[in-house]
Amino acid sequence: MVKKGDVMLSISIIILAVFLLTVFFFLKTDGKQVVIKVDGHIFGKYSILSEQEIEIKTKRGINIVKIEDGKVSVSQADCPDKYCVNHIAIDKTGETVVCLPHRIIVEVVE
Amino acid sequence: MKSAGKTAYFGAMLGLAIICGYIEMLIPLDFGIPGIKLGLANIVALVLLYKNGFLPALAVNIARVLLVGILFGNIMSIMYSLVGGILSLSVMWLTKKLPVFSIVGVSVSGAVSHNIGQLSAALIVIGFKAVVFYLPFLLIAAVITGFLIGLGASYIIKRVKSV
Repeated sequence: MVKKGDVMLSISIIILAVFLLTVFFFLKTDGKQVVIKVDGHIFGKYSILSEQEIEIKTKRGINIVKIEDGKVSVSQADCPDKYCVNHIAIDKTGETVVCLPHRIIVEVVE
Repeated sequence: MKSAGKTAYFGAMLGLAIICGYIEMLIPLDFGIPGIKLGLANIVALVLLYKNGFLPALAVNIARVLLVGILFGNIMSIMYSLVGGILSLSVMWLTKKLPVFSIVGVSVSGAVSHNIGQLSAALIVIGFKAVVFYLPFLLIAAVITGFLIGLGASYIIKRVKSV
Protein backbone atom coordinates (compact mmCIF):
# COMPACT_ATOMS: atom_id res chain seq x y z
CA MET A 1 0.00 0.00 0.00
CA VAL A 2 1.59 3.19 -1.23
CA LYS A 3 0.86 6.32 0.76
CA LYS A 4 0.76 9.88 -0.46
CA GLY A 5 3.84 10.69 1.59
CA ASP A 6 5.84 8.05 -0.29
CA VAL A 7 4.97 9.58 -3.64
CA MET A 8 5.66 13.11 -2.40
CA LEU A 9 9.06 12.09 -1.11
CA SER A 10 9.97 10.31 -4.33
CA ILE A 11 8.91 13.21 -6.53
CA SER A 12 10.75 15.73 -4.35
CA ILE A 13 14.00 13.82 -4.60
CA ILE A 14 13.64 13.42 -8.34
CA ILE A 15 13.01 17.15 -8.70
CA LEU A 16 16.11 17.79 -6.63
CA ALA A 17 18.16 15.46 -8.82
CA VAL A 18 16.89 17.01 -12.04
CA PHE A 19 17.69 20.45 -10.63
CA LEU A 20 21.26 19.35 -9.89
CA LEU A 21 21.59 17.89 -13.37
CA THR A 22 20.44 21.15 -14.92
CA VAL A 23 22.88 23.18 -12.85
CA PHE A 24 25.73 20.85 -13.77
CA PHE A 25 24.77 20.96 -17.41
CA PHE A 26 25.12 24.73 -17.54
CA LEU A 27 28.26 24.84 -15.44
CA LYS A 28 30.18 22.16 -17.28
CA THR A 29 32.84 23.19 -19.75
CA ASP A 30 34.57 21.11 -22.36
CA GLY A 31 37.88 19.91 -21.06
CA LYS A 32 41.18 20.38 -22.83
CA GLN A 33 43.54 18.04 -21.05
CA VAL A 34 43.49 14.68 -19.38
CA VAL A 35 45.43 14.13 -16.18
CA ILE A 36 46.15 10.61 -15.02
CA LYS A 37 47.10 10.15 -11.39
CA VAL A 38 48.41 6.93 -9.93
CA ASP A 39 48.50 6.65 -6.14
CA GLY A 40 48.11 10.41 -5.90
CA HIS A 41 51.13 11.17 -8.09
CA ILE A 42 50.68 12.59 -11.56
CA PHE A 43 51.39 9.88 -14.10
CA GLY A 44 50.92 12.04 -17.16
CA LYS A 45 49.09 14.90 -18.85
CA TYR A 46 47.65 14.53 -22.31
CA SER A 47 45.64 16.64 -24.70
CA ILE A 48 42.07 15.45 -25.03
CA LEU A 49 42.21 16.22 -28.72
CA SER A 50 45.07 13.88 -29.61
CA GLU A 51 43.83 10.35 -30.17
CA GLN A 52 45.96 7.90 -28.25
CA GLU A 53 46.06 4.87 -26.04
CA ILE A 54 47.95 5.03 -22.77
CA GLU A 55 48.95 1.92 -20.90
CA ILE A 56 49.27 2.25 -17.15
CA LYS A 57 51.15 -0.61 -15.61
CA THR A 58 51.31 -0.71 -11.82
CA LYS A 59 52.15 -3.50 -9.45
CA ARG A 60 48.40 -3.83 -8.92
CA GLY A 61 47.59 -4.39 -12.59
CA ILE A 62 47.13 -2.86 -16.01
CA ASN A 63 44.72 -0.18 -17.23
CA ILE A 64 44.51 1.14 -20.77
CA VAL A 65 43.20 4.66 -21.15
CA LYS A 66 41.88 5.62 -24.56
CA ILE A 67 41.51 9.18 -25.81
CA GLU A 68 39.27 9.27 -28.85
CA ASP A 69 36.81 11.74 -30.35
CA GLY A 70 37.58 14.36 -27.73
CA LYS A 71 36.58 11.96 -24.95
CA VAL A 72 38.54 9.77 -22.60
CA SER A 73 37.67 6.34 -21.28
CA VAL A 74 39.27 3.24 -19.85
CA SER A 75 39.18 0.66 -22.63
CA GLN A 76 40.72 -2.22 -20.71
CA ALA A 77 41.64 -3.11 -17.17
CA ASP A 78 42.32 -6.25 -15.18
CA CYS A 79 40.82 -4.99 -11.94
CA PRO A 80 38.18 -7.18 -10.27
CA ASP A 81 35.17 -4.86 -10.48
CA LYS A 82 35.69 -3.23 -13.92
CA TYR A 83 33.82 -0.08 -12.85
CA CYS A 84 36.42 1.93 -14.76
CA VAL A 85 35.94 0.00 -18.00
CA ASN A 86 32.13 0.19 -17.87
CA HIS A 87 32.15 3.91 -17.14
CA ILE A 88 30.89 6.18 -19.92
CA ALA A 89 33.49 8.25 -21.75
CA ILE A 90 34.06 11.65 -20.16
CA ASP A 91 34.92 14.97 -21.72
CA LYS A 92 33.87 17.79 -19.37
CA THR A 93 36.14 19.58 -16.92
CA GLY A 94 36.05 17.99 -13.51
CA GLU A 95 34.70 14.65 -14.64
CA THR A 96 36.67 11.59 -13.60
CA VAL A 97 36.95 7.89 -14.17
CA VAL A 98 38.41 6.09 -11.22
CA CYS A 99 39.89 2.63 -10.83
CA LEU A 100 39.83 2.22 -7.07
CA PRO A 101 41.60 -1.16 -6.85
CA HIS A 102 44.49 0.15 -8.92
CA ARG A 103 44.36 3.62 -7.34
CA ILE A 104 44.11 5.38 -10.68
CA ILE A 105 42.22 8.61 -11.29
CA VAL A 106 41.64 9.83 -14.83
CA GLU A 107 40.46 13.42 -14.75
CA VAL A 108 39.51 15.92 -17.41
CA VAL A 109 40.95 19.37 -16.72
CA GLU A 110 41.00 22.62 -18.60
CA MET B 1 13.45 -23.71 22.24
CA LYS B 2 12.78 -19.98 22.04
CA SER B 3 16.44 -19.14 21.73
CA ALA B 4 17.10 -21.83 19.13
CA GLY B 5 14.13 -20.60 17.13
CA LYS B 6 15.50 -17.06 17.21
CA THR B 7 18.92 -18.22 16.06
CA ALA B 8 17.35 -20.12 13.18
CA TYR B 9 15.16 -17.16 12.21
CA PHE B 10 17.95 -14.59 12.16
CA GLY B 11 20.31 -17.08 10.57
CA ALA B 12 17.84 -17.62 7.75
CA MET B 13 17.45 -13.86 7.34
CA LEU B 14 21.20 -13.40 7.19
CA GLY B 15 21.49 -16.18 4.63
CA LEU B 16 18.79 -14.58 2.51
CA ALA B 17 20.53 -11.23 2.70
CA ILE B 18 23.81 -12.76 1.57
CA ILE B 19 22.12 -14.47 -1.36
CA CYS B 20 20.54 -11.14 -2.28
CA GLY B 21 24.00 -9.62 -2.36
CA TYR B 22 25.20 -12.44 -4.58
CA ILE B 23 22.26 -12.18 -6.98
CA GLU B 24 22.90 -8.46 -7.30
CA MET B 25 26.40 -9.23 -8.46
CA LEU B 26 25.00 -11.47 -11.20
CA ILE B 27 22.76 -8.70 -12.53
CA PRO B 28 25.05 -5.76 -13.20
CA LEU B 29 23.17 -2.54 -13.76
CA ASP B 30 25.34 -1.06 -16.43
CA PHE B 31 24.64 2.61 -16.86
CA GLY B 32 28.27 3.60 -16.90
CA ILE B 33 27.81 5.16 -13.47
CA PRO B 34 29.40 3.24 -10.60
CA GLY B 35 27.38 2.68 -7.49
CA ILE B 36 23.96 1.92 -8.94
CA LYS B 37 22.59 -1.31 -7.53
CA LEU B 38 19.27 -3.00 -6.94
CA GLY B 39 19.57 -3.06 -3.19
CA LEU B 40 17.84 -6.45 -2.93
CA ALA B 41 19.30 -7.07 0.52
CA ASN B 42 17.29 -4.11 1.70
CA ILE B 43 14.17 -6.25 1.48
CA VAL B 44 15.58 -8.31 4.35
CA ALA B 45 16.59 -5.18 6.25
CA LEU B 46 13.08 -3.76 5.88
CA VAL B 47 11.36 -6.97 6.96
CA LEU B 48 13.59 -7.17 10.03
CA LEU B 49 13.11 -3.50 10.81
CA TYR B 50 9.34 -3.83 10.76
CA LYS B 51 9.09 -7.21 12.44
CA ASN B 52 11.92 -7.11 14.96
CA GLY B 53 13.14 -3.55 15.31
CA PHE B 54 16.23 -1.49 14.68
CA LEU B 55 18.90 -3.48 16.52
CA PRO B 56 18.24 -6.90 14.96
CA ALA B 57 18.05 -5.28 11.53
CA LEU B 58 21.34 -3.50 12.17
CA ALA B 59 23.05 -6.64 13.43
CA VAL B 60 22.00 -8.74 10.45
CA ASN B 61 22.91 -5.91 8.08
CA ILE B 62 26.41 -5.53 9.47
CA ALA B 63 26.94 -9.28 9.47
CA ARG B 64 25.77 -9.42 5.87
CA VAL B 65 28.10 -6.63 4.75
CA LEU B 66 31.06 -8.33 6.40
CA LEU B 67 30.28 -11.77 5.00
CA VAL B 68 29.50 -10.59 1.47
CA GLY B 69 32.63 -8.48 1.57
CA ILE B 70 34.77 -11.40 2.68
CA LEU B 71 33.19 -13.78 0.18
CA PHE B 72 32.94 -11.59 -2.89
CA GLY B 73 34.52 -8.24 -2.23
CA ASN B 74 37.44 -6.49 -0.65
CA ILE B 75 38.20 -4.28 2.34
CA MET B 76 37.29 -1.09 0.48
CA SER B 77 33.87 -2.37 -0.53
CA ILE B 78 33.19 -3.41 3.07
CA MET B 79 33.99 0.10 4.28
CA TYR B 80 31.71 1.74 1.72
CA SER B 81 28.87 -0.68 2.36
CA LEU B 82 29.14 -0.29 6.13
CA VAL B 83 28.91 3.48 5.98
CA GLY B 84 26.02 3.36 3.55
CA GLY B 85 24.27 0.57 5.39
CA ILE B 86 24.43 2.03 8.89
CA LEU B 87 23.36 5.47 7.71
CA SER B 88 20.56 4.01 5.63
CA LEU B 89 19.21 1.84 8.44
CA SER B 90 19.25 4.76 10.87
CA VAL B 91 17.37 6.95 8.41
CA MET B 92 14.87 4.16 7.71
CA TRP B 93 14.28 3.65 11.42
CA LEU B 94 13.51 7.35 11.87
CA THR B 95 11.41 7.58 8.72
CA LYS B 96 9.39 4.58 9.85
CA LYS B 97 8.20 6.61 12.85
CA LEU B 98 6.46 9.10 10.58
CA PRO B 99 2.91 8.03 9.76
CA VAL B 100 2.96 9.75 6.35
CA PHE B 101 5.21 7.05 5.00
CA SER B 102 4.48 3.43 4.31
CA ILE B 103 7.21 0.82 3.94
CA VAL B 104 7.68 2.12 0.37
CA GLY B 105 8.63 5.60 1.57
CA VAL B 106 10.89 4.12 4.22
CA SER B 107 12.59 2.06 1.54
CA VAL B 108 13.10 5.13 -0.67
CA SER B 109 14.60 7.06 2.22
CA GLY B 110 16.87 4.09 2.92
CA ALA B 111 18.01 3.77 -0.68
CA VAL B 112 18.73 7.49 -1.00
CA SER B 113 20.62 7.70 2.26
CA HIS B 114 22.55 4.53 1.43
CA ASN B 115 23.80 6.14 -1.78
CA ILE B 116 24.62 9.41 -0.05
CA GLY B 117 26.52 7.48 2.60
CA GLN B 118 28.55 5.57 0.02
CA LEU B 119 29.18 8.73 -1.97
CA SER B 120 30.49 10.45 1.14
CA ALA B 121 32.87 7.57 1.80
CA ALA B 122 34.09 7.72 -1.81
CA LEU B 123 34.53 11.48 -1.41
CA ILE B 124 37.41 10.87 0.95
CA VAL B 125 39.20 8.83 -1.71
CA ILE B 126 38.53 10.71 -4.92
CA GLY B 127 37.48 14.16 -3.80
CA PHE B 128 34.27 16.17 -3.82
CA LYS B 129 34.36 17.44 -7.38
CA ALA B 130 34.40 13.99 -8.92
CA VAL B 131 31.79 12.58 -6.58
CA VAL B 132 29.24 15.38 -6.94
CA PHE B 133 28.84 14.56 -10.63
CA TYR B 134 27.30 11.17 -9.78
CA LEU B 135 24.88 12.45 -7.17
CA PRO B 136 21.87 13.23 -9.41
CA PHE B 137 22.08 9.87 -11.16
CA LEU B 138 22.40 7.99 -7.88
CA LEU B 139 19.45 9.90 -6.43
CA ILE B 140 17.17 9.05 -9.33
CA ALA B 141 18.26 5.40 -9.35
CA ALA B 142 17.77 5.24 -5.58
CA VAL B 143 14.22 6.56 -5.76
CA ILE B 144 13.29 4.04 -8.46
CA THR B 145 14.93 1.01 -6.87
CA GLY B 146 13.87 2.09 -3.39
CA PHE B 147 10.27 2.31 -4.52
CA LEU B 148 10.34 -1.12 -6.17
CA ILE B 149 12.16 -2.78 -3.28
CA GLY B 150 9.67 -1.20 -0.89
CA LEU B 151 6.76 -2.62 -2.87
CA GLY B 152 8.37 -6.06 -2.84
CA ALA B 153 8.99 -5.86 0.89
CA SER B 154 5.38 -4.85 1.54
CA TYR B 155 4.18 -8.08 -0.04
CA ILE B 156 6.79 -10.27 1.61
CA ILE B 157 6.31 -8.84 5.07
CA LYS B 158 2.73 -10.09 5.25
CA ARG B 159 3.93 -13.64 4.77
CA VAL B 160 6.83 -13.68 7.20
CA LYS B 161 6.17 -15.08 10.65
CA SER B 162 8.63 -13.65 13.10
CA VAL B 163 9.83 -15.21 16.32
